[in-house]
Amino acid sequence: MCSRCHSQAISLAALFACCVITTSSCQREKRDIQPSPTRLAIYGDAARQSTLRPGGPVLPQPVVSNPYNGSAYDISEGQRLYDWYNCSGCHFAGGGGIGPPLIKKEWIYGGEPANLFDTIVKGRPNGMPSWGGRIPEYQIWQLVAYVRSLNGEQPTSATASRQDTIEPNPQNIQNRVPGKTK
Amino acid sequence: MSRWAGLGPVIAALFLTLAACATREQSALDPAGPQSGKIAALWWFFFWLLGVIFVLVMVVMLWTLVRREQTGTCEPKLQRTVTTASVATVIILLVLLVASITAGKATADLAKKPNPLTISVTGNQWWWQFRYLNSDPSQVLTTANEIHIPVGRSILLQGQSNDVIHSFWAPNLHGKRDLIPSRVTTEYIEADKPGIYRGQCAEFCGLQHAHMAFYVIAEPAGKFNAWMQAQLQPSLEPANPVLSQGQRAFLNYACVYCHQVRGTPAAGQNGPDLTHFGSRSTIAAGTLPNTPGNLGGWILNPQRIKPGTKMATVAVKPEDLQPMIQYLESLK
Repeated sequence: MCSRCHSQAISLAALFACCVITTSSCQREKRDIQPSPTRLAIYGDAARQSTLRPGGPVLPQPVVSNPYNGSAYDISEGQRLYDWYNCSGCHFAGGGGIGPPLIKKEWIYGGEPANLFDTIVKGRPNGMPSWGGRIPEYQIWQLVAYVRSLNGEQPTSATASRQDTIEPNPQNIQNRVPGKTK
Repeated sequence: MSRWAGLGPVIAALFLTLAACATREQSALDPAGPQSGKIAALWWFFFWLLGVIFVLVMVVMLWTLVRREQTGTCEPKLQRTVTTASVATVIILLVLLVASITAGKATADLAKKPNPLTISVTGNQWWWQFRYLNSDPSQVLTTANEIHIPVGRSILLQGQSNDVIHSFWAPNLHGKRDLIPSRVTTEYIEADKPGIYRGQCAEFCGLQHAHMAFYVIAEPAGKFNAWMQAQLQPSLEPANPVLSQGQRAFLNYACVYCHQVRGTPAAGQNGPDLTHFGSRSTIAAGTLPNTPGNLGGWILNPQRIKPGTKMATVAVKPEDLQPMIQYLESLK
């Protein structure tokens, strides 16, 4: 094999590798084109029943994961809905105001995706309304994905490099790591 | 001559295409207002001027191809040709410059008409919100995707956007005007004759840019005022039990978080105002005719009709769907 053919083969292989690498970004933008308004076995429904039964064994907790974990599209949809459904009215841009902050380590009702879903579906005392049966489940999952992204719990490849809200401290914009707010 | 025989039909087809443009509800070549009249005049001026130049160039080129080669020097001749061509180019450019400045000034001057009707145009992904502004708050009207305007009155459009850059373009009435987030752009339009003019977004704005249309309905002042007064009324109370059931269904589902129906608790501000939904001719920003069948499909699965639309897919129960459709269509 001549050296020229050799280098040609190498560049072809490199080109092919680049094409393959490009496809990996499809995952980031994967969209649920026609989301089903009702999902079966959603955590909210399962969690509505108590895990304790009189005289019986403890029911196993369902293991639930957010179907939109790591999806850039759904995180941004969650961000839109956060304003549309007026989450921002109480929680403000995530820092809290009338309601508690959503950017924090310690969650009263749990910070896992399933807990957040449950909180939105059922509501919580002292003001958090119940959204279960009011808005479609897939949108609740999008909101969960967005709230998790506020806490840096989403892959940085899927989160926006900055928020659309006003940033009071310009240094924060210059120094911040994508996906890690505040 | 058989070589040229095919050219006849091609030219005829070209002219037919142009003729088809002249009678459409969305065409800059069928002007319905002073602004678009100026633009169309400029367009035809350019068309004929450039057409003549094109034909001249073609003739000269053919002539050089077919004429027999001449002997002798041609240097002085060439220099003369270059001079002539340069002068001609400068003259043509000057003529075009004067023509476009004249057209620009002519359209701008229309802003000076007194007492315009002010309409705020807000672009959204992917629909239009129109607000008829008035110093009296009870006379402010919010509607979507369809505006009525009185013939012969100057209309001041104040363009805004809620998300990305859109562009308001009703070719029969005026050129394009971009709607830019966090700023207000203005444009004056006016309709000379009654008619229905279609317009659409002219700046790529995302997935459903192609399905972001609107209608401008120009009508005599009397008819317009009657329309305006009817639209300012709150929505009609349900007239029969089925419509009441439909209203209850509408209020119980997620519809109310985004849509407003004045006269009911539904006060959402994210989507189109539905107070007089039944009086509009299309749904989903000009995507489908407003018929009960289309509306049912749109409510049940908006993502199928307009993939990516911000309208949520809501699980409406079959027994609620028909009354809901009837209720919405009854909101004349």
